[in-house]
Amino acid sequence: MFWQNIHCSICIGKNKGEGSKVFVYFLKRLVQSIIVLLFVVTATFLLMRIAPGSPFAAERKIPAKVEAALMKKYNLDGSLVDQYTSYLANLLKGNFGDSLKYEGRTVLEILAQAFPKSALVGGFSLVIALLLGIVLGSYAAIHHNELLDRLAMLLALLGICLPVFVIAPLLILIFAMQWNFLPVAGWGNLSHIILPVVCLSLPYGAYCARLMRTSMLDVLGQDFIRTAHAKGLSAQVVLYKHALRYAILPLVNYTGPLAAHLFTGSMIIEEIFKVPGMGSFFVNGVLNRDVFLVGGSVIVYCALLLTLNFVVDIINVYLDRRIQLW
Amino acid sequence: MRTKQKRSLRGIYVPAFVLCGILCLAILGPLLTPYGYDEIVAEQFQKPGLDHWFGTDIHGRDLFTRVLLGARISLSVGLAGALISFLIGVTYGLLSGWIGGAVDSAMMRFVDLLYSLPRIVLVIVVIAVFDGKAKLWMDSTSLAQFVPYTRLLLMFLALGMIEWLTMARIIRGQVLRIKALAFVQAAQSMGQNTFGIVFQHLLPNLRGIILVYVTLTIPTVILEESFLSFLGLGIQAPQSSWGTLLSDGAFIINPVKSYWWILAGPAFFMALTLMSLNFLGDALRDYYDPKST
Repeated sequence: MFWQNIHCSICIGKNKGEGSKVFVYFLKRLVQSIIVLLFVVTATFLLMRIAPGSPFAAERKIPAKVEAALMKKYNLDGSLVDQYTSYLANLLKGNFGDSLKYEGRTVLEILAQAFPKSALVGGFSLVIALLLGIVLGSYAAIHHNELLDRLAMLLALLGICLPVFVIAPLLILIFAMQWNFLPVAGWGNLSHIILPVVCLSLPYGAYCARLMRTSMLDVLGQDFIRTAHAKGLSAQVVLYKHALRYAILPLVNYTGPLAAHLFTGSMIIEEIFKVPGMGSFFVNGVLNRDVFLVGGSVIVYCALLLTLNFVVDIINVYLDRRIQLW
Repeated sequence: MRTKQKRSLRGIYVPAFVLCGILCLAILGPLLTPYGYDEIVAEQFQKPGLDHWFGTDIHGRDLFTRVLLGARISLSVGLAGALISFLIGVTYGLLSGWIGGAVDSAMMRFVDLLYSLPRIVLVIVVIAVFDGKAKLWMDSTSLAQFVPYTRLLLMFLALGMIEWLTMARIIRGQVLRIKALAFVQAAQSMGQNTFGIVFQHLLPNLRGIILVYVTLTIPTVILEESFLSFLGLGIQAPQSSWGTLLSDGAFIINPVKSYWWILAGPAFFMALTLMSLNFLGDALRDYYDPKST
């Protein structure tokens, strides 16, 4: 692999301290991430530009001359290579470009407004999903093959199998219309985010629970757990101090992509609950061929994903000392 | 060490039976109801009753009929998407694992890169972008009669194209493992060609894991189809899939009056199908790999 070559060329001395190894590893990951980011930006830009249909085609047909002028204004005329290089140059300067659909707004402005809202909903959902997953999954694993295990897993599967836009209207129906103590949709105060958070966290919590159950069952069957029991430790201590630490690893790994996904907003949830977040800007951007808006959203998502995956890898080392990254 | 569990078919029969039932309903669909899927047969929003088991929708069409049509379309999207992802994933994984070395790591890095793309963009772009083009092209050829199904075909392709990554990774890992086993080396040393080894030794050994992942890919694809329907990129109007029925229902349920049955029928069928497929996948995994549970 090419980054292994980079790694080798940097590691000249044989007996280096732990510190420099860590440094080299960090550097390696940084280079990798930049390459991935570059690829993703390129792929997104090309896909959006190859796509037929003009970003300026509205309900009303605009004259060809006007369209040409608009294309020139946004640097979308000329060859694809020229467009791409100028986009990259702008990105390096920290300029994400202007939105083509939302006139007079830069992509950075839109993202700065929308991202915190999505991240708020996503952050709460992530915490709830993980808690739900850990508690329900461990519980089911401890009571393996008992009625409660079966029931919990049946519910978890149902949570995965129903699209979120079925669960959302049902919750609106019950909590907002029948009992009338939560707002139907909108954005403003804390009560507005309760229903979106619940809807968003349920399916992922269900998935986490299944993941957690499988890995907990695996860990509980291993020798060191039997040893811990044989030493006379209480069931609680074995579970919380010994088993959980390893059983949680797959869940931790899943948290990276999950968090990146949740923080950048779910289009469906934002559409149903009228949350002015990133998800809806992103999907509308794709449908409207809003090249720069889509590019900006993808960069945010991808950078978040890469960072979180890195953090997850570090947490893995902390949880399981047998894992060696450097 | 845990003792090796006996292979058991427990847990396969019930979901398989349910799936067979749903498949029969999907195939026999139009024979089971007296109404056409596009036929206005009653007042709009009628409650479920003897005449209309699932009630009627906003245009007064019989929902049961539309759910049966939805079963056809959703199941075919799921099956075709899973099939395409199976073809690409298995071929890619086999090539990568078998060739090995630099080619293998390059191919796997490419998969890693694709993993970091938000893949639903790809699907949206393929469908939103090529819909018009594909229709124009089909109109100009002898395929004109299939024009109403362009969306469906594009959806097969797009969903299959994004779902193969996991399959490729798993197959590649297995190929690396099996390649190192003695019987493959024996076959090689006896002069069997690569083609023969792949079909006689590799694929039979991969059969189980392929079956498990194809089974688990179908529900994923069906769910993704419903997501696309919600965005308005699904099957087009008079036709229906479970996804379009559910998203139509989701938009209708918001007003003050609640027509719960609009969601109930399709949601029941979709949940039943997806849960059966998941149970079947899990049971198959237990069967082929008893150690994993």
